[in-house]
Amino acid sequence: MSRADIFANIRRGLRRSEATEAQRETVRQRLQQRPRNIIPSRSQHEHDALVELFVRMAREAAAEVVELDSLEQLPCAVADNLEQKQQHELVLASDSALTELGWAAVHERVECHQRVAQVGDQASLTLAFAGIAETGTLMLFSRPDSPTTLNFLPDTHLVVLSKQAIVGPYEDTWDRLREASPGRLPRTVNMITGPSRSADIEQKLQMGAHGPRQLVIFLIP
Amino acid sequence: MDIKSPEFKQSARIALQDANLQKALGNLKAGFPGKRASAVARMPEFDALRDQARDLKNHILEHLDLYLEAFEARVVENGGQVHWCRTSEDARQTILQICREQNAKTVTKGKSMVTEEINLNEYLEEHGVQPVETDLGEYILQLRGDHPSHIIAPAIHLNLEDVSEAFHEHHHRPKSDDPAVLMAEAREMLRKQFAAADVGITGANFLVAETGSTLIATNEGNGDLTQILPKTHIVVSSIEKVVPTLEDMSLFLRLLARSATGQEFTVYNTLSSGNRRPDDQDGPENFHVVLVDNGRSDMVGTEFQEMLRCIRCSACMNHCPVYGAVGGHSYGWVYPGPMGSVLTPQMIGIEKAALLPNASTFCGKCEEVCPVRIPLPKLMRHWREKEFEKHLSPKAVRWGLGGWAFFATRPGLYRWASAGASRFMRLLGGRKGKIRKLPLAGGWTDHRDMPTPTGKTFMQQWNERQQQEKQR
Ligand code: SF4
Repeated sequence: MSRADIFANIRRGLRRSEATEAQRETVRQRLQQRPRNIIPSRSQHEHDALVELFVRMAREAAAEVVELDSLEQLPCAVADNLEQKQQHELVLASDSALTELGWAAVHERVECHQRVAQVGDQASLTLAFAGIAETGTLMLFSRPDSPTTLNFLPDTHLVVLSKQAIVGPYEDTWDRLREASPGRLPRTVNMITGPSRSADIEQKLQMGAHGPRQLVIFLIP
Repeated sequence: MDIKSPEFKQSARIALQDANLQKALGNLKAGFPGKRASAVARMPEFDALRDQARDLKNHILEHLDLYLEAFEARVVENGGQVHWCRTSEDARQTILQICREQNAKTVTKGKSMVTEEINLNEYLEEHGVQPVETDLGEYILQLRGDHPSHIIAPAIHLNLEDVSEAFHEHHHRPKSDDPAVLMAEAREMLRKQFAAADVGITGANFLVAETGSTLIATNEGNGDLTQILPKTHIVVSSIEKVVPTLEDMSLFLRLLARSATGQEFTVYNTLSSGNRRPDDQDGPENFHVVLVDNGRSDMVGTEFQEMLRCIRCSACMNHCPVYGAVGGHSYGWVYPGPMGSVLTPQMIGIEKAALLPNASTFCGKCEEVCPVRIPLPKLMRHWREKEFEKHLSPKAVRWGLGGWAFFATRPGLYRWASAGASRFMRLLGGRKGKIRKLPLAGGWTDHRDMPTPTGKTFMQQWNERQQQEKQR
């Protein structure tokens, strides 16, 4: 009932009954061709400059950025980082790129788990799909190896981002995402810019509202 | 939420004398406009983006039925369900029905003004389902039995002591004057709720037709915990939030955060497309989108269509001198400030909301900052016209205008009368050059003096000048 009423009302307002073929075509075209709107000049640069911009913007959004020379350095860097935060438990995403690293070498400092996140978890480690230089934003999405609770429940969220995955504007990630997930998007796509915060009490910004209190980005070549 | 808009004048008077409210409003004025200005200054393309956003919204509205159809089809392909609700009552019943199917006892909620609009919380409670607000501001308000006074900073009317008081009473912990301690307390309390809830309800900032996704933008991450942990996720949104593609959504996201909080980007921008995929380890098993009309489709094709471009950024109220002086609750319903003065009459009727489009200085600041260039003052004027047509304006205004029209259409009489009035007011003002009290103009002279006219009308002065010119 409601549906028919709403559509009838919209069409009455638009002074037409069904849309014309030309109007349908316009809409089809926009949905298929997906034209880009204005892209800010700030996000149109050579790749090196974009990496630099990403790091600057992510830090501005209060993320920690740690540059590594190789992925192999990750377990040690993670252990060091968690030690500073007096944390020693880590829930890992199940991507083989992460799980196959030499965690055994740091097992005395970090206790690793692979599962969804639970209330009370100290830290999680996931892989980012892309980094968006324009605003220092990470893009992650839900998949069997990387449950979304890892991105939100733990106190500290550690994210590995490859420099190759850094793009300028948001628009550059959409095509990559469509390619990575053909037919339909993953259940959820998270764009994350810095750690959780709120200014709901007297407009004074406090970090760590409901999501992670700290966001650490490990940048690898 | 009870409608208190007809009492705007009394509410505003009380608000102006409320020292605590005035202190809290000071935080708003000291924060938002400056932050927006710096964010805008860092984005040289900002005004061009606004033009494009305005045009794109107009395009969407011209094809609204088609984009909504496309969105619906994709949600279903993604494994979700779409529910169309013409009225608030339809929407409330639909949501309750879904909750009942899930045997839901508690429902966590992300921030959503549409659920305020349809009065969802009270309804759920009356029917045995406990809603739990999880946005920090909304949580504070729920504890206090209060309602938002701002569309993105719901508790802007409160001070630290109010929050501390409310937490002390409900959490049974010592009071604190440290916002960080209070926030940590809320975090701890709500963790359990997130995990225990049977259903999670969020709003949506945008609906993407291309992918059948809904998007929420939040800084706290509560909207995400609300939708990942329970078995069922319900998105409640209004129909005008549909955009064609992810590319188009990006345009609006660039404008939204900067216009709202002055951030470069909101911390969490989350797309939700259907339910949990077969091998996923978490995420909701059921995904529902409840699309609320509630008078919006009636605006299509009218002089108020432009209001449907609104992306709920709150810039108009953050820059409004009236909002800044009286706060959001004075407006007496869900949507305050300039955008509310246009929307509220549509939703609750101009009869009850007639004072709102009059609560404006017409300074034009709202239109100046609106990211989708909604001509808010013009739309408020349209409501004033409607109010007049429907004979809702106060008698004094109608008679006054009627009297003025009588003279104005009789130029000879008009000149004679205005010359008289001008001389009379000059006498009244005496040597001080100021009039302290003027009959029938108490609204003006109670708060400021009226400057004395020169004693001659414009026409008299003009004629004298013309004479002098000729003699030269
Ligand atoms: S009317 Fe414009 S400025 Fe006001 S909330 Fe809507 S989009 Fe923002």
